[in-house]
Amino acid sequence: METLLTIIIILLKIVAILAPLLTAVAYLTFAERKIIGYMQIRLGPNRVGPKGWLQPIADAMKLMFKEIIIPTQADRFLFLLAPVVAFGPALAAWAVIPFGNEMMLSHLDAGILYLLALTSMGVYGVIIAGWASNSKYAFLGAMRSAAQIVSYEIAMGFALVGVLMAAGSLNLNQVVLAQQGSILHWFWLPLLPLFLVYFISGVAETNRAPFDVAEGESEIVAGFHVDYSGMAFAVFFLAEYANMILVSALASTMFLGGWLSPFEGIPVLGQLFSFVPGPIWLVMKISFLLLFFLWFRATFPRYRYDQIMRLGWKVFIPVTLVWLLVIGLGVLGHVGPWFD
Amino acid sequence: MGFEKFLFYVFALILIFAAVRVITVRNSVHAALFLVLAFFTSAALWLLIEAEFLAITMVLVYVGAVMVLFLFVVMMLDLNTQPLREGFIKYLPVGATVAVIIVIEMVLALGSGYFSSESYSLVARSADYSNTKELGSVLYTFYVYPFEIASVILLVAIIAAISLTLRRREGTKSQNPSHQVLVSRDDRIRLVNVPAEKKH
Repeated sequence: METLLTIIIILLKIVAILAPLLTAVAYLTFAERKIIGYMQIRLGPNRVGPKGWLQPIADAMKLMFKEIIIPTQADRFLFLLAPVVAFGPALAAWAVIPFGNEMMLSHLDAGILYLLALTSMGVYGVIIAGWASNSKYAFLGAMRSAAQIVSYEIAMGFALVGVLMAAGSLNLNQVVLAQQGSILHWFWLPLLPLFLVYFISGVAETNRAPFDVAEGESEIVAGFHVDYSGMAFAVFFLAEYANMILVSALASTMFLGGWLSPFEGIPVLGQLFSFVPGPIWLVMKISFLLLFFLWFRATFPRYRYDQIMRLGWKVFIPVTLVWLLVIGLGVLGHVGPWFD
Repeated sequence: MGFEKFLFYVFALILIFAAVRVITVRNSVHAALFLVLAFFTSAALWLLIEAEFLAITMVLVYVGAVMVLFLFVVMMLDLNTQPLREGFIKYLPVGATVAVIIVIEMVLALGSGYFSSESYSLVARSADYSNTKELGSVLYTFYVYPFEIASVILLVAIIAAISLTLRRREGTKSQNPSHQVLVSRDDRIRLVNVPAEKKH
């Protein structure tokens, strides 16, 4: 009886995380089209519902009723498995993200490691899709994506090692608590190079512009999902946007103070805004970082493949290695206010 | 039978199934994917004995990095399995001998009592026990020299592998990205003042 109750509570918590997340994914696609529209002096979608607000629902309905076409000679089982493999890790990672003090699904002590392990699994969806489609373009997209994700994962891992050294814990709740104080205590300041490396690697890991060579519609049509249609394609689409939200959530948790208020430690404003619950701050920080994802797409042309590799291996990894040494010295010397 | 025991048998069955499929399946990509499944299930087994650091590292290193590169290579090979199966009878005696020797060695090693469940019984820990922290403190104090030596050996291996494969071929035309990104506006753009044509 008691175990049954625990399971029901856990399931309810999962629903409480996933339902807003999936809504956010749907409306992120809408936000992207609107924001990029305004950046390019267009209106963006504005026909379905008031001011176009029902557009994501219309899109979802359309994709749901479309036929899933499986190419001849395709590996049927793997072809249908690939979108699921892409989407699963993007959702499972939310288990360790704290939405408020101790407000997390799993109090995992090795939270950062768990995240690294899960985000490194997302690449399988892309690789399996590219191979199972039995198409040249899809295969090229998968190869590009695999090489890119493996390269950027190293820099991303080192950035997380920096966070771990600064916080002294792998538990994400502890990481947020270590940033308490004020906006200047957050890790973006002492770990600024790692923050930039982490966020740019995150853009590369999610295959977003300007690192979207895996899709590269001008060269390889649509890359790994060229043969997908209907809901199978939609799941890939959802996975990409869920991953964007995940990277933004992680960057806000580890570098921008997570659920901490930005007005903390400021005399009058701090008390004035102390009633705002932590999750609201976290959502605002996530939205702020998501805007950058959209902004990048509207601003930068696609990187050339060799430039991507150079940036990952020759710029990011040396930068993270040097900054790890700096953090090590900071921790040894108890440099305040972050490492004391 | 407790729930944990039930989980153990489920994962163990999946693991054995996946491991057998790795060597019996015809398609090499399928074999690699079954190996991924095998790694993943063994990580789940480690989680059951509360070795979460090992489990997560297993997924991170083997599933997330090693097998991705493996698949990368295997997918590009156009393997025809027919020639590979040709010499089955010819190589059977050698293969069988090696297999029997390995089985005997395993039985001797595992049956010797060093690895029996009595000498390594599972210690029950409280919920706040951090496997990761314990492992780290032992690795960086008691075993610091073996740990550092192992890492240096790995580093040497990496450098050796790179230097073995690194060769410059004559006559290839390649771009130099680090040179390209240093280009400034003045190198590329020249403003020319063209005087307006006179009207006749």
